[in-house]
Amino acid sequence: MATQTQIPVEDQRPPVIEPGHSFSTIGEKVVNIVLKRPVSLGWIFGFLVMFSVMNVLLLAMGYLFLKGTGIWGITIPIGWGFAIINFVWWIGIGHAGTLISAILALLRQSWRNSINRFAEAMTLFAVACAGIFPLIHTGRPWLAYWMFPYPNTMNYWPQFRSPLIWDVFAVSTYFTISLVFWFVGLIPDLATMRDRAEHPFTRGIFGMLAMGWRGSARHWHRYETAYLLLAGLATPLVLSVHTVVSFDFAVSIVPGWHTTIFPPYFVAGAIYSGFAMVLCLAIPIRAIYGMEDFITMRHLENSGKVMLATGLIVGYGYFIEAFMGWYSGNTFDSFLLWNRLHGPYAFWYWGLLITNIVIPQVLWLKKFRTSTFWLWVISLVVLVGMWLERFIIIVVSLQRDFLTSSWGMYYPTKWDWMTYIGTIGMFLTAMWLFVRILPMVSIAELRTLLPEAHVHEGEEAHK
Amino acid sequence: MSGAAAENPVYGLMAEFDSPQELLDAAQKTHGAGYKQIDAYSPFPIEGLADAVGFHKNYVSLVVLICGMIGGLSGYLLQYYVAVISYPVNIGGRPYHSWPSFIIVTFELTILFGGVSAAVGMLALNGLPQPYHPVFNVPEFARASDNRFFLVVASNDPKYDAARTREFLKGLAPRAISEVPS
Repeated sequence: MATQTQIPVEDQRPPVIEPGHSFSTIGEKVVNIVLKRPVSLGWIFGFLVMFSVMNVLLLAMGYLFLKGTGIWGITIPIGWGFAIINFVWWIGIGHAGTLISAILALLRQSWRNSINRFAEAMTLFAVACAGIFPLIHTGRPWLAYWMFPYPNTMNYWPQFRSPLIWDVFAVSTYFTISLVFWFVGLIPDLATMRDRAEHPFTRGIFGMLAMGWRGSARHWHRYETAYLLLAGLATPLVLSVHTVVSFDFAVSIVPGWHTTIFPPYFVAGAIYSGFAMVLCLAIPIRAIYGMEDFITMRHLENSGKVMLATGLIVGYGYFIEAFMGWYSGNTFDSFLLWNRLHGPYAFWYWGLLITNIVIPQVLWLKKFRTSTFWLWVISLVVLVGMWLERFIIIVVSLQRDFLTSSWGMYYPTKWDWMTYIGTIGMFLTAMWLFVRILPMVSIAELRTLLPEAHVHEGEEAHK
Repeated sequence: MSGAAAENPVYGLMAEFDSPQELLDAAQKTHGAGYKQIDAYSPFPIEGLADAVGFHKNYVSLVVLICGMIGGLSGYLLQYYVAVISYPVNIGGRPYHSWPSFIIVTFELTILFGGVSAAVGMLALNGLPQPYHPVFNVPEFARASDNRFFLVVASNDPKYDAARTREFLKGLAPRAISEVPS
């Protein structure tokens, strides 16, 4: 029966929580951001900017519903343009949240505890942005419910052999489970908010959301089981979601899509871009809200390491794609490789290699991994790189396939850009609101990291 | 409010502690002294505390297992019904019952049912949402979500006796003892 009195922290690494915190100060610090901190002009200004950008999305969607998908740059042969590129990009970004909350929980990585809450929120908002694209891409989004199996007067059922229907199930399950996981994690913290709120209105709202949570030992026991099971279920789920997304491509016979490396390579790319987004958000948030005590250099450095590792897997994916283009001896596959390197989109392919593979290699150096500025810059570079990856995969593969007579080019229109930029506005608007209305780090989980939270078993034997 | 509670206006006695260790020790002693209707409250999960108050087994995993299996089965059977019985479509001569294509939706529905049942099952077994609970009548209990640790002996415990239980709890050296009105 191992007794543990303090958190094992290796000497050289920065701590997960800065010293000097108690159960109470953790709660106070996190809760006060929501309850006490005045709304600053900077926050209002940022919110207005983001909210305006979000309205660009509404405008673009409104015009789309009026005119149809003809306002976009999609043509034949490139029938999948920005909508699918952005869908894959956003859903990939969401993956880091689930990885942090589920996989790192199963691996008992205690450093996850201070970043899992907002990473999960990031997942939810990113998946919400992702979900918009396939919906509006159908052309008649008001009939999107036809994709769900339900008995109907048309005597029609969805086609379950189609990867696009698998996508419907994978993405809607992913969103639901992410939401449930996030909310279950929030319940004890909502109780803390309820008990700390002074205004009757806030108290009432948090009271309703906390549902009468009182921290009973019996409740915690069931809660921990449920949380562990959710982590266990979310782990294969997150790996499956981008696998299914990659099936949208891999199941077809288009050169550049029809390859078995797609599932692992997509999942690695998803986590890569997701951690880039985590860093991109965490670095400014910790500076603005003074969360350096909880989101320490250790978190940032670890995220940098995850980015480096997943980035190398992505690099391996590119290498195998190129290798198979040559080794298969298939005319169309080797032409695809040539077209990527020398075709009309070659500039973007080289840009992809530089942003996604070359620049992130500086993360090997501790100096860059421990500099918030450089980490932030590299994460932005990776986000751009991963977007370019999806652009290359979708556009370059479709652009010149089997028949030269049906070759074409893809030029996004302003409506494409407005829709894409609009979803970034929607994502940031949601994040903007989230940091001010909910506790952005998990108070209860952080408390368990303090040395005084650890207990010895008394005279009664455990189990 | 039930008849039993009306007869007994006191829900129980609440002892307040400063640290998880004190609460765990106190819970073990109280349970060891023969009190069974006890509960402990803490701002975060404490290892072994549920055991100390005599709660050893929860059924959340069973709920998840059953619901996950229902999800998986219903996912597969739905696809079988659609693709073979109700709406058979011949695509490239593939068999109607093309099971490899059905794995993904089966898997997703297993996770969906299992995951939702983990959350809903946990809340339902915990009796949440619960708009009213007597422990909240004690003003200090607001710190149960902050930095205080509480042990409650309910008045419906066969061994409960207002005076003697209070004496017993005093022996555990709590920070304070309060009566919980029901």
